[in-house]
Amino acid sequence: MINFHYARANDVADAVRQIAGDPNAKFVAGGTNLIDLMKMDVERPTKVIDITRLPLKQVENTPAGGLRIGALVRNTDLAYHPLVEQRYPVLASAIMAGASQQLRNMATTGGNLLQRTRCPYFYDTAAACNKREPASGCSAIDGHNRMHAILGGSDACIATHPSDMCVALAVLEAKVHVSGASGDRVIAFADFHRLPGDTPQRDTNLNAGEIIIAVELPPKGFATNYTYLKTRDRLSYAFALVSVAVGLELDGDIIKEGRFALGSVAHRPWRDPQAEAALRGQPANAATFARAADVLLRDAKGYAHNTFKIDLARRCIARALTQAARGTPQSQSSKKIV
Amino acid sequence: MTSASLTTPEAVSVSLTINGAHHALMLDPRTTLLDLLREHLDLTGTKKGCDQGQCGACTVLIDGRRANSCLTFAVMYDGAQITTIEGLAAKGALHPLQQAFIDHDAFQCGYCTPGQICSAAGLIAEGRAKTAEEIRELMSGNICRCGAYTNIVAAIEQVMGRS
Repeated sequence: MINFHYARANDVADAVRQIAGDPNAKFVAGGTNLIDLMKMDVERPTKVIDITRLPLKQVENTPAGGLRIGALVRNTDLAYHPLVEQRYPVLASAIMAGASQQLRNMATTGGNLLQRTRCPYFYDTAAACNKREPASGCSAIDGHNRMHAILGGSDACIATHPSDMCVALAVLEAKVHVSGASGDRVIAFADFHRLPGDTPQRDTNLNAGEIIIAVELPPKGFATNYTYLKTRDRLSYAFALVSVAVGLELDGDIIKEGRFALGSVAHRPWRDPQAEAALRGQPANAATFARAADVLLRDAKGYAHNTFKIDLARRCIARALTQAARGTPQSQSSKKIV
Repeated sequence: MTSASLTTPEAVSVSLTINGAHHALMLDPRTTLLDLLREHLDLTGTKKGCDQGQCGACTVLIDGRRANSCLTFAVMYDGAQITTIEGLAAKGALHPLQQAFIDHDAFQCGYCTPGQICSAAGLIAEGRAKTAEEIRELMSGNICRCGAYTNIVAAIEQVMGRS
């Protein structure tokens, strides 16, 4: 790890002031991803600004009937928060599906959004990687790409976003509140993470020097008909091959509104308005779910080692929609998929 | 490499309470809590396994919550209370988890054991695990390559009063 200057920020304005104009500065909060990447020499900040003292640790009701989650709320505290468990159980479930309890105790809400891909070539400084070193090439496209994207990739990058939490936030249509030198703004969750295109080094649409201060959840929480289904190579503490978050609003057997997002299949949580339109007004049955899966996966593209993920995704979507429609969400303790 | 990276970083002052003892330190900010414990304070009970947050051998309690000490800069925890495996035993008597791990033969080589026991102490304090299934899930951040998992779960159940 290279040497760096360490500074503590006292409040949001102080943090914004300290990072302004320094492209080699980074904020640190939970540290669970940044410190790992610094050890690997993938991230090489010359200044690290500790934001753990900022007053962004509250979970509060909003006047609109939603929830405002401070950027420094730890993953465990968020998953176990009574208002999240009651009103947004898909978010609680997704958080508990990720990482380990030690990491969830450290990792923050804002940091989860900003975590980098776990593509092994991104971590390997001896390998070409356009995300780590723009224009150096992509080692994954013709390499070991079993974990990689099947949707939204480009010739420059087929990395996936590894978060579980973000898949639920996509379904809930969260809003990301950020602050920067030019003021505060709100970014819709669908606009927060980017596709790789020819600039895979940019994971998000956060501007240089901006800080996430909160994540806001709208009132609709799909607390009755939801699930978070995650498939992975071992039963716990592994990144997803494919995951699916679902929120349904049912009128009897008819789907009034259906949302579903996939994790670990693309450079960002993957939602598709056309696939969700295929659910709307339809009976909640296997034929409807299969059709919606086909629509979402219509442009899916496999590489040498990950073509299996297309069929796995199709099955996971159908199973997850079934779980949500039945009101029997996936347990994150009992790993039996029913 | 930038010029900034060639210079020695300024030491940062940090004050920590570790196993009840107060420490005022000046540290290179790159020092992880794990390296501080092992290399500076001779508290070698906490183990370095992967050094990447993937194995749990470095688990300690920070303000009562279990965390991977390898993925921390110690200077970020100014004012915190740290408990390591050395701090669990009160006045020389084994902590109930230590006794239970002996009773159930919950280790072979023992390298992961300090992390397992600190993690189990955190788990019990959280109060979320009620079943063996839930213990297994919430202990998944601690890898045991000897494969003593069955006995580790039995030891934790003993302390939780489930057996």
